[in-house]
Amino acid sequence: MRLRNRMKLEFLSRPENVSLARVAVATFATEVDFNLSDLEEIKVAVSEAVSNAIVHGYEGKPTGTVLLTATLYQNELEIVIEDRGRGIADLARALQPGTSSDPERMGLGFVFMKSFMDEVDVWSEAGQGTRVKLVKTLPGELRAQNLAES
Amino acid sequence: MSLEVQKQHDTLIVRVCGEFDLRAADYCRRDIDQKLKTQGAKHILFNLGGVTFIDSSGLGVILGRYRKVTENGGKVAISNVPPRVTRILELSGITRLIPVYANESLALKELA
Repeated sequence: MRLRNRMKLEFLSRPENVSLARVAVATFATEVDFNLSDLEEIKVAVSEAVSNAIVHGYEGKPTGTVLLTATLYQNELEIVIEDRGRGIADLARALQPGTSSDPERMGLGFVFMKSFMDEVDVWSEAGQGTRVKLVKTLPGELRAQNLAES
Repeated sequence: MSLEVQKQHDTLIVRVCGEFDLRAADYCRRDIDQKLKTQGAKHILFNLGGVTFIDSSGLGVILGRYRKVTENGGKVAISNVPPRVTRILELSGITRLIPVYANESLALKELA
């Protein structure tokens, strides 16, 4: 896959950085003419992954580090969000809708990520941290144009 | 993000403006719960007309208040949902629990 552009963002696990992360990714993604609805969906997916890192990975502690890498390939946007927090012991269970360790959170984070992105991969190990990869395929017309140019 | 909270009869009207995410969630939860207690309201109406972004943290605040209010025999309603928020509300399933109205007066009529 041909690399078009990449950015990396490292920030503390503070709630105010959720907005920073989603706005940075949406701005990065405007380079390839995603439509507004796609950009909204990308923003929600990033918000969910970063919120999970803060709330679950670092259990709300504001001193953890979250690393976000956004890569634009010829045909897709790939976003990787990583933390070095407590990790998820039972990943299969965590990915089920309605599962949350916090009664006020709805367990919808992964539901939204899966609904709004074309691919969601989660790697996690207890005590090691969590890595979430989100992929959004570029709009069809643009993908065809890129293939013609390559 | 800002909250405007006003009591009308038995209902606490909560007008949410801006980004309803993790950063806003804690403050909103505390503020609404405190006002529910001090102002003695039975129902809550969430006016989402000013919301520019919402994710599961914001939805969690609404659902948490729904659980609290309905345990005490009250009702919750949502009004003025902007188009960009509609899809995520529907996808979350929250609209199966909480009725959605076009504006505050229609919602207040139902809550009365």
